[in-house]
Amino acid sequence: MLKKLLITIVLIVQGLAVSAQDFEASVAQLPEGGYSDRAIIVHQIADSGDDRAAVVLELLLAGDLYFHKAERIVVRLSEIGDDDVAFDLLTDAEIGIVGRRDAKKIKVNNGLRREIRAVLGAMYLQNPDPDVRMEAAEAVYKSGDPDQISALDAAIVAETDDDVATAFREARAVAVLNSDLDVSEKLAAIVTLRERGGRDVPGVLAAFTDDPDLGAAATTAITEIEDIQKLWNLGQNIWYGLSLGSVLLLAAIGLAITFGVMGVINMAHGELVMLGAYTTFAVQEVIRNEFPQLFDYSLFIAAPLAFLVAGLVGVAIERGVVRFLYGRPLETLLATWGISLILQQTVRSIFGPNNREVGNPTFMSGAFELGGMTITYSRMWILLFSLVVFAGLLLLLKRTSMGLRMRAVTQNRKMAADMGINTGWVDAMTFGLGAGVAGLAGVALSQIGNVSPNLGQGYIVDSFMVVVFGGAGNLWGALAGAFSLGIANKFLEPFAGAVLAKIIVLIFIILFIQKRPRGLFALKGRAVEN
Amino acid sequence: MFNRLIDRRMGIFLFGLFVLTVAVPVGNLAMSGQPVPSYAVALMAKYLCYALLAVSLDLVWGFAGILSLGHGAFFALGGYAMGMHLMREIGPRGVYGDPLLPDFMVFLNYDALPWFWLGFDNFLFAVLMVVLVPGLLAFVFGWLAFRSRVTGVYLSIITQAMTYALMLTFFRNELGLGGNNGLTDFKDVLGFNLQTDSTRAGLFVIAATALTAGLLISRFITTSKLGKVLVGVRDAESRTRFIGYRVEGFKLFVFVISAMMAGVAGAIYTPVVGIINPGEFSPANSIEIVIWVALGGRGTLVGAAIGAIIVALAKTLLTGWIPEIWLFALGGMFVLVTLFLPHGVLGAVENTLNKFRPKKETTV
Repeated sequence: MLKKLLITIVLIVQGLAVSAQDFEASVAQLPEGGYSDRAIIVHQIADSGDDRAAVVLELLLAGDLYFHKAERIVVRLSEIGDDDVAFDLLTDAEIGIVGRRDAKKIKVNNGLRREIRAVLGAMYLQNPDPDVRMEAAEAVYKSGDPDQISALDAAIVAETDDDVATAFREARAVAVLNSDLDVSEKLAAIVTLRERGGRDVPGVLAAFTDDPDLGAAATTAITEIEDIQKLWNLGQNIWYGLSLGSVLLLAAIGLAITFGVMGVINMAHGELVMLGAYTTFAVQEVIRNEFPQLFDYSLFIAAPLAFLVAGLVGVAIERGVVRFLYGRPLETLLATWGISLILQQTVRSIFGPNNREVGNPTFMSGAFELGGMTITYSRMWILLFSLVVFAGLLLLLKRTSMGLRMRAVTQNRKMAADMGINTGWVDAMTFGLGAGVAGLAGVALSQIGNVSPNLGQGYIVDSFMVVVFGGAGNLWGALAGAFSLGIANKFLEPFAGAVLAKIIVLIFIILFIQKRPRGLFALKGRAVEN
Repeated sequence: MFNRLIDRRMGIFLFGLFVLTVAVPVGNLAMSGQPVPSYAVALMAKYLCYALLAVSLDLVWGFAGILSLGHGAFFALGGYAMGMHLMREIGPRGVYGDPLLPDFMVFLNYDALPWFWLGFDNFLFAVLMVVLVPGLLAFVFGWLAFRSRVTGVYLSIITQAMTYALMLTFFRNELGLGGNNGLTDFKDVLGFNLQTDSTRAGLFVIAATALTAGLLISRFITTSKLGKVLVGVRDAESRTRFIGYRVEGFKLFVFVISAMMAGVAGAIYTPVVGIINPGEFSPANSIEIVIWVALGGRGTLVGAAIGAIIVALAKTLLTGWIPEIWLFALGGMFVLVTLFLPHGVLGAVENTLNKFRPKKETTV
């Protein structure tokens, strides 16, 4: 019955050529006649193509439209304070406060409401903007309103964009399931939904598992979708693990040089990371105040500066303190811890104890969907950045003469000195390099966490764990250590919670060190002892 | 025996400690006008707990070369064991008035005491746990680590991981030990009200006694034949092993004793300050203990105690006067002591004294 009415109305309305003036005329007619007349006017409004049509219909649906008796026009009432204030619907001019008897509500009944919703749906579904169409499809998908089926059918025929058409079909499938159409249509709908997959589909289908005709199909579809979902979840977990691993790698890779290559325990490493993050903050402050148009490039300016700042502080630490303590690792540990306290307090005195906000440039913000996974741009760039830094360091150590000198000094200081290498200078450069890389890590970490004077403290235990687990003296060890610890952590989290997962990983490392006291990739040979 | 235990520096220190132990309670309780204010008694008792903790670390670091960056964990475990007893002693006087459950358990909807709380209503049981729990942890940890010859920096880092893991564990509310609030709101110990001056003075005397005992026990160990082997381990571990000593056994023994001593220090600390919380497990706290020992003089025992008292006193004064400067001072202390005072304050003082002393004939 309703469907028939709808079709007749659509036919009538399509026969009429309605222009913008007709929109205002139609609106003026709204108060007149009964519900069935009003339904025809609703269609006229919808087909007028006027920008205001959707707003008017939404207001009508919400019951906010009134006929102003004195002015004899249609108004919208909105409550301001305790009074109802009327606005001209067409010009949006304020008319004034109205009492209860000054205006008459333009009533809608359930039939008309359904009609309006369908018309609105169709309007959105055939909107020229594909984003609006997509949104409309999603709205129908969520509501699963069977009244929208015909509108969807019309929209599917008219649709040119493949993505939107698919969304329409999926929305239609949900609507079909909720309608009283026959079983074969519904089975086809289940197939459509099964192909769609995704987190919310099992919830939609779960309502039909007890249905005698659809139960079997719905159940198999749900298990199939959930199996696929599990795979995606696995993928997402691996992604989170890689992401955490990249953060750990960045934090630990500088340490892999100072601790791993030089054998110096640098407890101030975390603070060098912090210096990098604060350099980023300072650069962004300058850019915000002086050259706002450069904001998107702030990280590219901050990265070399952070490398320099942290590197210079590192060289100063090496020349000022660490070089007097070579061969006394425990004393080095204590002295650098002292330096870390001093650096922390310096930054606290200059920048204040509170968290500082470092902004994300546009290419770092937002996320995209990859199948069933959500990937944030910042995490993705950080992962790539960590790999680039890693590769760069590897090349530097293995392929340049500087790297050759560094390794020579590490392996046999006296021999290297005899060969004419300035070991003091190489020490300073190596330490500076490790510190500079820590500064680079700070630039990346400022994008995903708080920048505060305590930033470094949070990473120091973790980064030592990575280096110790991976095996000192080996960059590949740091890489393997960072990613395996990251992934292990993220896989434990769903079962154990974040804190317990961390505790389990720590205990695992403590036990692992018992088995392989020199880490995963241990150096072999005489250089190992002392 | 007496001569072996008490050399000149130990004698001077113990004499000073004895004078203090008598003078402070008398000045606080018996003299008119209270020349020693009550807060100072509690403060000094706290310093003495730190001193005992420093001595325990000096025993392993100064004499066996084990730089533990997790000694705060043993201290905190001892503190928690005592704290659990004090919680049970509150009885029905808590805010919620539950006769059995401590306040935080009522708050977290516990039905019954968790199993590990059983027995802590008994003071002797609690005291036993104060030494047993840290001792057991040290035994298991040390047995694993020393047997597989984890030494030097690697050992330091995994002890740090240990205390870090424990800190995270104790921060969890689900553990049933008060979560991040820890244990607090204690009323009395063995029937003595913790708020009264006489109990405070009593705790001070107990802390001083414990420190004396700790010093003498450590001295007894380090001057024995076993102590000589430990020094051998410290200076040349492989060589000691090749001579035929089972190095891991010696290290394990001294590590466990040291952990127990740290536990006792924590157990006295808890009633003195009135709270024990997971912050005590933080790696930074444990590293601070190391600077006490380094400042006072590593391998001197007495020096460690003095170092702890100097740093703690400096912390109280500086954070009171100019809070911003404290971290600079502490950090500077780490750097300067490692660079310029390899034998600590005690070593420096004794060296200076020796310069003024007429030189004895030394045989070469």
